[in-house]
Amino acid sequence: MAVIVDRFKCGYCGACVSVCPTGALELMETWIEVDDSCNNCRICVKICPVGALEVSK
Amino acid sequence: MKDRYDVIVVGAGPGGSMTARTAALEGLDVLLIEKRQQIGDPVRCAEGVNKEYLKEYIKPDPAWISAEVKGSKIYSPDGTLVEMSEELSGAEVGYVLERKVFDRALAREAALAGAEVMIKTRATGLLIEDGFVKGIQAEHMGNQYTIKADIVIGADGVESKVGRWAGIDTTLKPRDMCTCAQYVITDFTIDPDFCEFFLGNKIAPVGYVWVFPKGSNLANVGIGITGHMSGKGKALELLDEFIHKRFPDCRKIELIVGGVPVCGSIDRTVANGLMLVGDAARQSDPVTGGGIFNAMWAGDIAGKVAANAIRRSDVSAESLQEYEKAWRAELGRDLNMSLVVKERFTRMTDDELNTLAHSLEGVDLRSTTLIGLVWALFKANKKLLWDLRSIFSGIKDIESEVKREVYL
Repeated sequence: MAVIVDRFKCGYCGACVSVCPTGALELMETWIEVDDSCNNCRICVKICPVGALEVSK
Repeated sequence: MKDRYDVIVVGAGPGGSMTARTAALEGLDVLLIEKRQQIGDPVRCAEGVNKEYLKEYIKPDPAWISAEVKGSKIYSPDGTLVEMSEELSGAEVGYVLERKVFDRALAREAALAGAEVMIKTRATGLLIEDGFVKGIQAEHMGNQYTIKADIVIGADGVESKVGRWAGIDTTLKPRDMCTCAQYVITDFTIDPDFCEFFLGNKIAPVGYVWVFPKGSNLANVGIGITGHMSGKGKALELLDEFIHKRFPDCRKIELIVGGVPVCGSIDRTVANGLMLVGDAARQSDPVTGGGIFNAMWAGDIAGKVAANAIRRSDVSAESLQEYEKAWRAELGRDLNMSLVVKERFTRMTDDELNTLAHSLEGVDLRSTTLIGLVWALFKANKKLLWDLRSIFSGIKDIESEVKREVYL
């Protein structure tokens, strides 16, 4: 279970990184990386302007 | 690249480049790093900036000015227009920039001042010894480097990690950030002279839509909604709805997305051997979302303070309070004022917004400042806006205060 990023939708803006309470997200040049500190809080899913993030089942 | 500098600036946006330029002009050995391979691209900005303020720091160049505007037109939910214009005095009040070119020009200024610039270089951590930041860990083209410095400046934008690494919690709560989407469109009905703002809880819940002309039938049309009102992909969805109604025949030529801090001033922006600048320090305006000038202004101060601190061989948090105090005295005050305005306006219904707009019908609003608008609204709607009285209570001469530009 962790957030997954749809790289075809993602605009690599970093908005999700700024709200992540555990610091699990990082904006590389043109993609978002998620590390294993993600706690599935879904805040990033909610604020993504283009809806590129989802919590995997 | 050397293994040691006086100052390392992380992030080559307007805040970082200004910091690097000022620090280099002060005689410091400066490294400016940018994780992207292209400074200024992709853009994450509506690109509006106050013209007079900008001129203090860089000579205007047509290469990075897309348009000059005369003022703003604000539309309430029922379509009532409030116009803020300085047309009567003949002044052009704002620029809409071409950030891709502007950011690059600022980085060049930093380089010309003597700063070293490294692109495709990402800070991956801080070097911390005895409670002091002593440099950064960096990654460049797949290789890891350790680079030492007396002072590290975090100008790493909305997604800043530098502050967090140094123990400053800059994490934004959803309600403290504005989630934004924007298209550059081409259309024949764009007003070339005014920035337009559209308010309404249906159009943009706890936020607004903007249309900023960029010349040649181009405009930035964007939306910002507060994070707690957002839902998966909602910003882009609402923007598409707006554009479908207002510019049905437009062509979209670029998509821009981003997050803007709207939290007001945070508790701390310095640590031992570290300062934060711009969006990384959450210095963007909570009402307008504007942050270009704020970042440049704060960056200039940070550059000077870095030089002073290194000269007195004291880069402790206490020594760097010089920066903290200087930026809070002016910018911090503006941010806090905007935060009061934001808190009141975000609770407004569409009916209340309409009432405010109607109250200004026939009022000649020559000021284009936020405080000017808020003062005019307050005078006409004391009951509805009573919460805002604290903003004006400390100001002796409000009419001259409203001339101070805090807009965009």
